[in-house]
Amino acid sequence: METVNIQQELILKGIAASPGIAMGPVFLFEKDAPAIEERVIAREDIERETARLNQALARSQKELRKILEYAEKKLGEHQAKIFEAQVLILEDSFLFDTILKRVRTECKNVEYVVYNEIEKYRQMMLAAHDEYTRERAHDVDDVRGRILRNLQEQKLISRLEGSAVVVSYNLTAADTMILSRNEVLAYATDAGGVTSHTALLARALKIPAVLGLRDITSAVKNGDAVIVDGYSGVVILRPSEQTIKDYVLRRSHFEEFEQRLSGLRDLPAETTDGRRVELSANVEFIQELDFIRMQGADGIGLYRSEILLIGKEVFPSEDEQLYEYQQLADAMFPKRVIIRTFDIGGDKMMAQKVKERNPFLGWRGIRVLLEKRELFLEQLRAILRASTRRNIAVMFPMVSNIKEVRAAKELLEQAKAQLRAEKIPFDDKMTVGVMIEVPAAAVVIDDLAQEVDFVSIGTNDLIQYLLAVDRGNEFVSSLYQEFHPAVVRFIRRIIERAKNHDIWVGMCGEMAGDPMATILLLGLGLDEFSVVGTVLPEVKKIIRSVSYEEAQRVALRVLELETEDEIKAYLGSVMKEKFPDMLME
Amino acid sequence: MTERTVTIKNKAGLHTRPAASLVKTAAKFKSDFFIDKDGFEINGKSIIGVMTLAAEQGSTLQLRFSGPDEEEAAKAVVELFEQGFGEPQQ
Repeated sequence: METVNIQQELILKGIAASPGIAMGPVFLFEKDAPAIEERVIAREDIERETARLNQALARSQKELRKILEYAEKKLGEHQAKIFEAQVLILEDSFLFDTILKRVRTECKNVEYVVYNEIEKYRQMMLAAHDEYTRERAHDVDDVRGRILRNLQEQKLISRLEGSAVVVSYNLTAADTMILSRNEVLAYATDAGGVTSHTALLARALKIPAVLGLRDITSAVKNGDAVIVDGYSGVVILRPSEQTIKDYVLRRSHFEEFEQRLSGLRDLPAETTDGRRVELSANVEFIQELDFIRMQGADGIGLYRSEILLIGKEVFPSEDEQLYEYQQLADAMFPKRVIIRTFDIGGDKMMAQKVKERNPFLGWRGIRVLLEKRELFLEQLRAILRASTRRNIAVMFPMVSNIKEVRAAKELLEQAKAQLRAEKIPFDDKMTVGVMIEVPAAAVVIDDLAQEVDFVSIGTNDLIQYLLAVDRGNEFVSSLYQEFHPAVVRFIRRIIERAKNHDIWVGMCGEMAGDPMATILLLGLGLDEFSVVGTVLPEVKKIIRSVSYEEAQRVALRVLELETEDEIKAYLGSVMKEKFPDMLME
Repeated sequence: MTERTVTIKNKAGLHTRPAASLVKTAAKFKSDFFIDKDGFEINGKSIIGVMTLAAEQGSTLQLRFSGPDEEEAAKAVVELFEQGFGEPQQ
């Protein structure tokens, strides 16, 4: 007799990385190399094995060419270089001659020899001291997996039958992109966070994503029904009839709501009593610009220039950078574009060969730039050269003391002097700001404010540093609280002090785009909200629905509360009352 | 056999792009080409081999060429190193 296993609905909580609700069958994307058996083959089979390898290589090359083409189309030629190493390995005739020679002399099946021969190189790379070479081991692994899969004539696993929710342990930017050729309903992964490249790409592609689910891969099978709620970061496995009904309703509410929001596009982000704030967008990829403009952004509040380094081994030249910055400036003109200088180090990809025990407290942001002066100077020159339409501002990341700001400004002056001497035009009055993400910078804000035209609060890092919580560490991630009273009071202090010196204050962290925080931040006096494009209309709607006076009252009340729970409950009740049709978490 | 000693001059080291031009240049010649770094030897005509070298700026490599056109091969390959593969050296 068969046992019927009735599996219960299971709710998993992860990180809401890209908004939207999707329902569908699971497609488990597994990158494990196929199992390889070692077999002795007969002499007369050698020729067949040789032919099989050649065919598998030809197929792999064809696949990789397709991926490369797709990457170039979606990400541009430069970023597509991520695949260069793999393409070259497939063309390594010495490697494949050696493999065939071994097949002949050892009389072993070609899968085994391919696996074994490449493994030697992979092990050597893994043992290397420099990070760059160790990274190449992934390329070698990927390309070997591709060859082996083709030897076993298995289908390309990034091909989906119909539409599905892609579930994986982790997805690289490339996986995310390649998979998106299919009808991907959503992404759900064990690892990853809101700033990962999966998240960024999912948002750019408008595909819902919940990441950081820890062990979703072990909880599902291919074809399982699943609901992904990219608004709240919830994934429901094997949902009941009732849950499905609820979510269908929830999704249509959202769609209706978003439809209504699109009418806001050309209206200013202004309170009912006339306080106008700037509502701009965080941008990574040039490809997002159309979408950002469509959403009615007042400008770009954060352009993460380090995105230019993805897949690169050397820093882009001044001219290459200029090309990118110029595109931003032209596309947004006359609206402002704030370019943040390279924020490398920490969790971000970095072409440097350094190993740090604690990269978040290590060599990153302005600390790297001030040591790599030539590189910094080149970037500043590129930014200045893109500023001729006077709509570019520059912002320095990870500042922790005034000396860094002065040194950065000195370099900026040096760049200006060079350009002047070369008779290259630029905006002499280009706006200069700093990110406030290190608590020390917030403490000395009175001094910093005298050096810059604006500050932008980077809440993601500020909260981590202020609360001493690594949000990527699952043991303490629940202590990462956006609405911790210390966070709210700290933000209030930053805004108040900065304004005493007549500079404006923006925010470009996730909190700026959290609808739950909008009224509070408005009431605290924030001048600029820089948010991901997808939430822009929602934030605008909230801003346009309250008076500044009311928002200030809400903020004052929040400042009196003692726990995050109280603050969330209070803000939740305010939101529920004002926006009964807006679905909160 | 022709032997040469070279130092990596370009800032980024022997990463993918220089490795590719090295292998491509070597492939133009009939001679065998081996690279030795700290007693560890790989075939200089194999990109996967060159990638395992982890040769950073300042590392020293021994090059060995043997075959009918070894002198020419050595000259062409050494030139690449001397020019830092046409990349920034600072």
